[in-house]
Amino acid sequence: MSNYIELKKGLAIPISGEATLNVTKTKVPDTVAIQPSDFKGFLPRLLVKEGDRVLAGTPVLADKTHPEILLTAPVSGVVSEIVRGEKRKLLAVVIKTDSKMEYVDFGAKKSADLSASEIKEALLNSGLWPSLVQRPYGVIADPDATPKAVFVSAFKTAPLAADLEFTLGDQIPAIQEGINALGKLTGTKVHVSVNACGFENSPFHRLTNAEIHQFKGKHPAGNVGVQISHIDPIRKDETVWTVSPVLLAAIGKLFLTGRVELKRKVAVTGPKALDYGYIETFPGTPVDYIHEFYGNSTDARIVSGDPLSGKTIGFNGYLGFFDDQITILQEGTDTELFGWARPFRFNQFSATRSYFSRFVFWKKYDMDTNLHGGPRAFVMSDSYYADVLPMDIFPTYLIKACLAGDIDKMEKYGIYEVLPEDFATCEFIDPSKNNIQDIVAGGIDLMLKEMA
Amino acid sequence: MLQIFEKGGKFGFLHSTVDAFETFLRVPGTVTLKGAHVRDSVDLKRIMIIAVISAIPAAIFGMWNVGYQHSLALGVTGAHIFQNFWFGLWRVIPLYIVAYVVGLFIEFASAQIRNEEVNEGYLMSGMLIPLIVPVDVPLWMLAVAVAFAVLFGKEVFGGTGMNIWNPALLTRAFLFFSYPNDMSGSSSWIAMKKGETMIDAATGATPLSFAGDGLDALTNCGAQYGTSFWTMFWGGVPGSVGETSVIAILLGAAILLYTGVASWKIMVSSVGGALVVGWIASLCGATDIPAYYHLVMGGFAFGTVFMATDPVTSAQTECGKWIYGFLIGAICVVIRLFNPGYAEGMMLAILLGNTFAPLIDHVVIDAHIARKNKKSVKTA
Repeated sequence: MSNYIELKKGLAIPISGEATLNVTKTKVPDTVAIQPSDFKGFLPRLLVKEGDRVLAGTPVLADKTHPEILLTAPVSGVVSEIVRGEKRKLLAVVIKTDSKMEYVDFGAKKSADLSASEIKEALLNSGLWPSLVQRPYGVIADPDATPKAVFVSAFKTAPLAADLEFTLGDQIPAIQEGINALGKLTGTKVHVSVNACGFENSPFHRLTNAEIHQFKGKHPAGNVGVQISHIDPIRKDETVWTVSPVLLAAIGKLFLTGRVELKRKVAVTGPKALDYGYIETFPGTPVDYIHEFYGNSTDARIVSGDPLSGKTIGFNGYLGFFDDQITILQEGTDTELFGWARPFRFNQFSATRSYFSRFVFWKKYDMDTNLHGGPRAFVMSDSYYADVLPMDIFPTYLIKACLAGDIDKMEKYGIYEVLPEDFATCEFIDPSKNNIQDIVAGGIDLMLKEMA
Repeated sequence: MLQIFEKGGKFGFLHSTVDAFETFLRVPGTVTLKGAHVRDSVDLKRIMIIAVISAIPAAIFGMWNVGYQHSLALGVTGAHIFQNFWFGLWRVIPLYIVAYVVGLFIEFASAQIRNEEVNEGYLMSGMLIPLIVPVDVPLWMLAVAVAFAVLFGKEVFGGTGMNIWNPALLTRAFLFFSYPNDMSGSSSWIAMKKGETMIDAATGATPLSFAGDGLDALTNCGAQYGTSFWTMFWGGVPGSVGETSVIAILLGAAILLYTGVASWKIMVSSVGGALVVGWIASLCGATDIPAYYHLVMGGFAFGTVFMATDPVTSAQTECGKWIYGFLIGAICVVIRLFNPGYAEGMMLAILLGNTFAPLIDHVVIDAHIARKNKKSVKTA
């Protein structure tokens, strides 16, 4: 049995460079980095030093406020470098991989035979606990909290996003075990949202021990936050946990095999990519590993994640812990004579009808990172933005409350329900070119600070 | 070369100005630094230029009509369409020059003081202002009114996007209340040269000013121009420059609605509000003018299409737009019918609508949130 929810609002962004469904590279990268900044609310304390040998699953960093939360090495090898930034801020722990690929053995135990506290301990010790993201605010799940429910989005709608049926289709048993474990751990329902298009053929629709929901709609319908707001909205003083299916599979594998296996299929996409496809690698893989996908171009932007909400990592960066997509974009530093005044701009996409790109609905665009305008105050009305946000909130009111730093209003307009990524489409269409995701992130940081 | 205009450069105080002209010519090579890496190609310049284009039919018709009304009033028959247009063009162009020069100067200076980029919002206001004033308005009055509206209607609030009232309407309101003799009556609506006199039986008053006396007075008023529904629909009557032709305005409305720049909900509900009040009034015998006459008389159509739909000063929420539009249409007709002092009610109705728009949104959102909280408590 499943609930069918159709979302009319949203926006499909026709950007070129979708990954073809084949895995082109599976070699273990030479180095892998662990980046504490991938985890919101994590204050790192080092547990290793340069030259230490680690196995896949050896603790590398611990949280200062919750010392039981650990980050562990995804590979076996030797700690080769500890990268620090300004004010000695810990940026990354780099591990030089060895060829043996040895794992710490946590012991294969069916989650059904374990108690909730044993499951919690296994997740904490293995370093997989930080896979659980707690809402409101999108921080690492608090081990002492009891969430009202757990949510998993089993499909992505972000532009060029990895096809989860392709990347995880062979890992259904692990995902099932992950669901069982989380259900037992939290004692609540696990909600899994599956794409309504092709639902019957989707490997996810047969998952049990979970409440399956079908969602139909354009981006951000695949965002777990949007799905939560339609399944069981977060109210004040409530918490929910979310986990990505990729990491859910890793959790399942922990119980099935007793190992931390974070290897995943990663989509390499984007208009500037020389080749599109999937690679099989670890989180923390350096960008250099996919050198053949961008060649010698120096004016490319490498993004870990999708082109709307991903993070710029540059040529020396690393794939984020939660990401299964790398997007390669052209830096749009070219000026365009009379760009905005031209009746037609054949190579530019606009979601509005002020251009005619709507009539060439089959076309994919080689989008670059040009802002296409200058920053302005909000001019368009709330409904202009609400049209691409399938949530029951008033986006500009929430955004303006974040800008004003007004806690009461942020609360009233629904800050608990959102993460910056949910506003990606609003930010995309904004003719005033505000950095909406950044504004919302600022609001969330303020809430965290004030509510602490 | 342009470095001297950068911030901190020798002519750094002109930074915003130079930037405005530069970005006017070409879309700059600025890249996204935060958030979404790719962005829509639409920007405010595009949206404003579409709004400006949508007002062009009304402007062109208005220029011709200025000449046409002049010919009619002098009893000139057989004036060529281009002669009429030419006469009107030379009457309207100075209004445009004054509106844009004064308004843009203040806009540029304010942007410079705030150290921001120049906002495009005034391009639309400047396009509309000459269309909603009588053609014979003295230029110095227009200049004073524009300066007042832009400074106190917009810049003190922080510029485009922050203003409460529509700046173009505020210009008209300033003229209306400060210089009533030049803004109403029968001498200001038809452009006349010195020494010219109207033919016998001709009037310079607009049809709307007779509407208060009933349908008979209205249909018998303008000896030189017709006042049937259709005449007022196509626009061959005296009035503010751009407001007379409903056909030209509907062309603009089509552009605004197709591109989604203006809200159809506001337009529809405004028409609905006018019809409902007009219908009730004629039903209870307050007037014998049919309700649909109000849609083609005076500035109703122009205000509904170009003024009430301004996204900054109108209601923001979908439900709020229905209420806001209805309120404007209804108040406009109420003022027209029940206020002996003012023949026209659209300007005041929209300004009042602007004033109440935030309150309407506030109520709509609070009600929505209360409903949502109740619902989620029930299902939990």
